[in-house]
Amino acid sequence: MKNNISVHTITRIAVFIILSFAVFLLFAGHNNPGGGFIGALMTASAIVLLYISFDLQTIKKVLSFYFPYLIGTGLLIAMGTGISSMFFGYPFLTQFFDHAHIPILGNVELTTALVFDLGVYIVVVGVTLLIITTIAEDDS
Amino acid sequence: MSNLLVIPFLLPMLVGAVLIFFAKQHRLQRIIAGTAGIALFVYAAFLVYIVYQTKEKMIILEVGNWDAPFGIVLVGDMLSVLMVLMSSLVGLVCLFYAFKTIHSEREKYYFYSFFFFLLTGVNGAFLTGDLFNLFVFFEVTLISSYVLIANGGKKIQLRESFKYVVMNMVASAFFLVGAAYLYATTGTLNMADLGNRVATMDQQGVLNVIAIIFLFVFGAKGALFPLYFWLPKSYYGPPAVITALFGALLTKVGLYSLIRTFTLIFNQQPQFTHSIILLLAGLTMIFGVFGALSKFDIKQIIIYQIISQVGFMIMGLGVFSTSALAGSVYYITHDMIVKVALFFIVGIIIRVTGTGDIRKMSGLLKTHPMLGWLFFIAAMSLVGIPPLSGFFGKFALVVGGLDQGQYLIVAVALIVSLLNLFSMLRIFMNVFWGEKNSTTVALTNKQTFPLLRPVIPLIVLTIALGLGAEPAFQYVIGAAEQLMNPEHYINVILP
Repeated sequence: MKNNISVHTITRIAVFIILSFAVFLLFAGHNNPGGGFIGALMTASAIVLLYISFDLQTIKKVLSFYFPYLIGTGLLIAMGTGISSMFFGYPFLTQFFDHAHIPILGNVELTTALVFDLGVYIVVVGVTLLIITTIAEDDS
Repeated sequence: MSNLLVIPFLLPMLVGAVLIFFAKQHRLQRIIAGTAGIALFVYAAFLVYIVYQTKEKMIILEVGNWDAPFGIVLVGDMLSVLMVLMSSLVGLVCLFYAFKTIHSEREKYYFYSFFFFLLTGVNGAFLTGDLFNLFVFFEVTLISSYVLIANGGKKIQLRESFKYVVMNMVASAFFLVGAAYLYATTGTLNMADLGNRVATMDQQGVLNVIAIIFLFVFGAKGALFPLYFWLPKSYYGPPAVITALFGALLTKVGLYSLIRTFTLIFNQQPQFTHSIILLLAGLTMIFGVFGALSKFDIKQIIIYQIISQVGFMIMGLGVFSTSALAGSVYYITHDMIVKVALFFIVGIIIRVTGTGDIRKMSGLLKTHPMLGWLFFIAAMSLVGIPPLSGFFGKFALVVGGLDQGQYLIVAVALIVSLLNLFSMLRIFMNVFWGEKNSTTVALTNKQTFPLLRPVIPLIVLTIALGLGAEPAFQYVIGAAEQLMNPEHYINVILP
């Protein structure tokens, strides 16, 4: 599929739409349907689309993450949010939220659940892509 | 409220995540893992002390500050903190044995990370007070165990681990079905709340069906008759340290869950459910020991001994009295120590002789006296010769069984003990007695000492647990009283 112009063109547009929807899902998470897990699966599917339409080597040059480290980082972030509440004398995994006024965005709800979701997001992206690339590389 | 209960599974999880970053640096990995293992063990001992000091003899934590029946609660009562202490001990010795025996190829593929994730799942399963959370921790344990059992990727390992995965997936699916049924019937998954509601519903009809589903699930995980068939071969493939870890921890998680659910939740119809458990206990003992007697491979024999001992461990639950349950708890504690020691020694014997077949070995006592006597003590403790720890566990079980008039199971237990003795002595006579034969000796006596170092504390502990049975029994009788009086557990969680 190396020189398939229509696939390349559509992929370039579609990946942006999928990625922005993934970010939307991540932020919608803790109050509405969505969350880190599903957002990460969307992200991974966008990247897999890139893998399919271009090829593995090209995309690896662009996105040169080492996936196991991604998994470790995500786990540490997710656990960190749980642990941080312990330092303030609350039970493990207690969540907090507050409303803040940020220029341009307006009134925004800030929650610690979002940080936890971000950790989950990173873990799931790492795991999914690690599995898919491992199986894909098995061919060669 | 006490965040103390989080540490036993948070610490290994944190260490597991950190170790991902150092998978290629063997030295650093070992230093981090070793330090964390020691810290976990010391902390678990501290936790037992703390729980023993409190007035209620248990501490709870409502995770995320959500109130009890709605959020997840962690419960550290006397049984669960004892189990956490034992699993941390097993983890610690296995870690130090792994330093000496695990190939660096395996280390590179995240052996230590998954080792700690396994401990996360096991400790979490012991501490949780929520049935669905128990399922989650079971899955954490199992997924790590899938990795550990297939790690290294020998042919036999891959073939047998596939069966292991399939069997456990089926059991987990049934766990989920059981939890769903239970939620549909009672409207809660908090174990204390479940205990309350099942009692008010008198455990009729569908609740008995659910009880049997859970018996099937935990029976499959804990290797009860007739669900143990997956165990012997899948435990045979991986190196000795993994087999020791699985034999000591994974079956115990199943048995712990069985004891917990059938004392706290399904405790209204013991003449139905607990009679089945008693029957299965007897059959598990018998078939386990027959398996052990039919094999000539030393590792296979010890693996079948796991199954046979499982029967003793749930016998106390089947008899369902305080003294018998105390015997069960004591026996689980003792078995975790001795089983690990035996697997370590067997691993060394196989390394020394280069074969697993006891018919091909002979006269090792002359060249490796230390190995021989350590094996002898561990084997005698497993069988239950006084003053070693195995005796007191069996003694309490037998006394408890006689008190309740369960003469048949007591007779079976005693006969099976005799057969156990025969199977262990058969190993000792074949491997250690006799003339030195021509099999090559890969390791000299001196070379086995570093490998034996993690075994010695375990042997000392089984002797100490036997000689100090009096204070140890005070503790396990306390734990058994808590199990037999679930109202106390329920009242602390749902005041």
